[in-house]
Parts: sequence; C-alpha cells; structure tokens
Amino acid sequence: MSRVLIVARNTFREAVRDRVLYNLLFFALLMIASAVVVGQISMSIETVVMISLGLSAISLIGLLIAVFTGVGLVSKEIDKRTLHAVLAKPLRRWEFLLGKFAGLALTLAVNTAAMTAGLFTALWLVKHSLERGDVAVLAAVYFILLKLMLVVALAMLFSCFTSPLLAILFTGGLYLAGLFVSELRSLKLTTLTPQMQKFFAVLSYVLPNFGNYDVMGAAAHGRKIAGMLILHNTLYTILYCAIVLCVAAVIFSRKDLK
Amino acid sequence: MPVPAIETENLSKEYPHGFLHLKKKTSLEGLTMQVQEGEVFGLLGPNGAGKSTTIKLLMGIIFPTAGSARMLGKPVSDVAMHRDIGYLPEQPYFYDYLTATEVLDYFALFHGYNAAERRERVQKMLRKVGLETAGKIQLRKYSKGMLQRVGLAQAILHDPNLVILDEPMSGLDPVGRREVRDIILELKKAGKTILFSTHILPDAEILCDRVGVIAGGRLRGVGAPGAIVGVKATGMEIAFELPEGAAMAEQIQAKAEKTGAAYRIGVSESELYRTLEELRAAGARIVSVTQIKPTLEDFFMELVGKDRAQASAVEVSAQ
Repeated sequence: MSRVLIVARNTFREAVRDRVLYNLLFFALLMIASAVVVGQISMSIETVVMISLGLSAISLIGLLIAVFTGVGLVSKEIDKRTLHAVLAKPLRRWEFLLGKFAGLALTLAVNTAAMTAGLFTALWLVKHSLERGDVAVLAAVYFILLKLMLVVALAMLFSCFTSPLLAILFTGGLYLAGLFVSELRSLKLTTLTPQMQKFFAVLSYVLPNFGNYDVMGAAAHGRKIAGMLILHNTLYTILYCAIVLCVAAVIFSRKDLK
Repeated sequence: MPVPAIETENLSKEYPHGFLHLKKKTSLEGLTMQVQEGEVFGLLGPNGAGKSTTIKLLMGIIFPTAGSARMLGKPVSDVAMHRDIGYLPEQPYFYDYLTATEVLDYFALFHGYNAAERRERVQKMLRKVGLETAGKIQLRKYSKGMLQRVGLAQAILHDPNLVILDEPMSGLDPVGRREVRDIILELKKAGKTILFSTHILPDAEILCDRVGVIAGGRLRGVGAPGAIVGVKATGMEIAFELPEGAAMAEQIQAKAEKTGAAYRIGVSESELYRTLEELRAAGARIVSVTQIKPTLEDFFMELVGKDRAQASAVEVSAQ
C-alpha cells in the first residue's frame, strides 16, 4: 500500500472513531422532520423546498467538517506530537500531508454520499417517485463535494503556518470572499486608480471562485446542469487544490515541529 | 575506515523568540560528535541542555540553523534511511483512538510488511514490552508508562540497525526501567547502535560504552561514563554502628550524622585508614565504606559554571 494511502486510511479511521459521522444522525432527523412538514404544504413547491433544504444542509454540515477537521488535520498532530513517531518512519512530509487530505476527502465523500441517500429517500417519501430531473441534484451534490475539497486544502494550508483559530478565520474568510468573486469581476471600479483596478482584477482570479459551485437553485427546479460546467468545475478544483497543496507541502516541509 | 553510525559537524539550532521573532535563543551550539557502529552512546545533560534538540535534529523534526548531520552515512534529510532507524520520542504520544495492536500495525505498514508479517511482529513486540494482555485496549486508557512501552515497541518493530531513544526510562516504574534496560542490552548484544538521552546517571553507567555530556547547548565532554564521573570522586563515606555506651573520638562525633541505628561520616581518602582505626578502637562495627561520587547534577553545575569560551568538547581519557 502506498504511504499516502496508509495515512489516508488512518485519517478516515480517526474521523469515524472521533464520531465525525454522527452528524448523519442530525441530517436524518432534519430530513424526516422536513418530509413531515413539507407534506402539509402545497404539492407544487414541496420538492423545491425539500431539495433546497437538503442541499443546504449537506453543504453546511460538510463545510463545518471541512473547516474544523481540515484545520485540525495537521495542527492537532503537531500539538499532540503524534507526528514525531510518524515522521520517523520512511515517510516524506508531503506524503503525510497528501494522505491527510485524501483521508478527509474520503470521509467527506462518504458523509456526503450518505446524506444524499437520505435526501433522495426523503424526496421519495414526499413524492412517492423519483424523476429524471432529480439527476440535477446529484450534480449539485458533486459540486458541493468539489467545494469541500477546496475548503479542506485551504484549511490545511493555513494550519501549516498559523494557529488553528487563525486558520479557521482565514479559511472562513476566504470562503466568504470566494462566494463573491463573480461580483468582484463585474464591478465597474471607475473611481479607483488604474493600479487598484488591476489589483482587484488580479484578486478576482486569484481568489477561489466558490460561486461557481452553487447550482442549488437550478437543481431544486429540476433544470439541467451543463456538462461543460461540470468539466470546468472539476478541472478548476483539481488545479486549485494541487496548487494550494503544493504550497502547503513546501511550507510544511520546512517547518520546525515543537 | 568504517562510517560512523551518527556524525554531526558544528550542528547548531537557534529559535527565534520575542516580539516579531527578532531575538534568537540558542538551543544547541556547534555540536560535533560521532557515534560508532555497534556502540551504546548516552547523551547526558540536565533538562533543557539540548539533548532532545540534538535528537530532533537527527530525526528531521526540526532543522539546523548551521552545521550538518549524517546517519548511517547519509544526510539526515534522506527520509528513506528511516527504514533502518528506530526512534522513541520523548514522552511519546500516539493516536489515542487506536489500540496498541492497531498503532503498531499502522507503523509496520510503512515498512512494507504483509499482513502475516505485521501480525507476527506486532505480537512479538507486545510480548517484548510486556503489553500482550493490553494490546486490544485503546491508548487513551493507557498510563504514561504503558505509552512509553508502546513507544519502545514501535521503535524496534522493524529491527533497525540504529535505535535513537529520547529519555527511554521516563515515566517508568522500577520494573519498567529494568525491562527497558534489558531491551537496550539485548539490542547491544545484537550489534545494534543505540543513542539515548537521559539525565539519570545510573542508567548511563550501566548501559553506555561512551557518553557525551551536554549543558547549555554545548557538548562539554565525551568519554566512558566511569571516566567522566570517576575522575571527580570527592572522598569516602563510612557507615558504622556503635555499641551502647561506646564513645567516639571528638572530631568523628562532630562530623558523623546519625540515620536510624547507623552513623555516616564523610572523609577524604587520606583520612580513611586513620578514621577506620579510631572507629575500631571505639568498638564500632563498620557497615560499609563507599566512594563518594558527585551526582550528575553536581557535575553539570560545575560544567555550567565554567567559562563558556573554554567549554569546547574534550575527550576525557580513562586514565
């Protein structure tokens, strides 16, 4: 087994034993309650409400896990000094980092898949059928998962050079800023100097564009998600994660552990 | 000429501290030393002397500010060489959600063993460190001493040629310390090279071929443990019992201290035989005569007090 996979498997095991997946219980209760409440309201919007609520919950729960667990992936190991024995094995620091990322990515994938299954079960309970348009929900879930990968990579990067609290703040701040990248690009900043205009233009391309991943509205209304958008978001996530993880690996490889 | 198992040259480490990290605190200064293959080498020093810093530099946990280090003929940055190195960190911490069996199995995976080999090695190591009945218990329920044993087990799990142990006796009860000493002696017998740090002198005296004394971040002396401490013997201690009604000479009575039924008196070597004669004449029963060696602490205090400029490493000969 590759060393990255060894670390990834153990990270997944850690998440399971630290009861990270207990959030699924909360999600299941939310979906059951929603199904009961939505059943009382108009037939025409019940699906929209269910899907919006389900996707929002999947996104929010995933984000909380990605940020808090992502920041702790490396910083906890440094604080508790569990890293000392691990790095004494024939394991490079970047392999450890990549393994940690892969382990949390797997955890989030399993978690998201389970919540998606819960959402579809709730939809079936409300509608007593599933339609072709519901496939868009799967695309929306896939985008949420891509977004979570990027958040984990950013959380790991920040945790490599700052305290856990600051890493959480930086990751959260960057996520919020990333939601408004499209707005930043479309702004007409005529009152600013040309240099500042250039700065904001560059910034809008450097910031992670989290707005790209938001297709919840389209999915809730059963609109088709374009194949090109799926391809674009997939490649964008892979490239952005690769760059962020490379920077994190360079910083982590030179870091003195306490 | 054989390649030393460990070789450091002018190895130094400074930590930035203070506002904006503008100040530097020197943790290790110009360490140059060698540990030969098959040798048991003890790094001695008081807390904060630079022992753990040296070991962390060797294991690539921290990086030197200056100088270089090689292990098994390769620079310490070469992680592949860790296949042949075992390391016990100071106060080891492991994933507490795992059992001892699981954590050892996890570490064994990095050495490429298959499932059957891992099972066999893990069980063998658990038996060796006396944890065979606690292998299925999560480490969060382990005592400090039990964690130390797990740490030792993971360090020697893959049968390394070089074993580096940072304070291996720390947190162990007398039985545990004895067992660890036996394991180190067993490794020595098998021809392994061992470097370990300690601030407990008896451990070093029993186990080490040579010791290096570090104080204030500098290597102050290298040599056989007997040589380093033996040359510093300060006198003799006589323990004796006095029958009821017997009287001691005045100068002996002034110096003697009573502990329970016995008296103790410290004398110089030149005074030894005269004092023994006087005690015999007074009808005393001699219980023991022992050489007074300074404690390691005394030795360190003396070293630390020396002029730093003159404190470069010196080879202490056995003569």
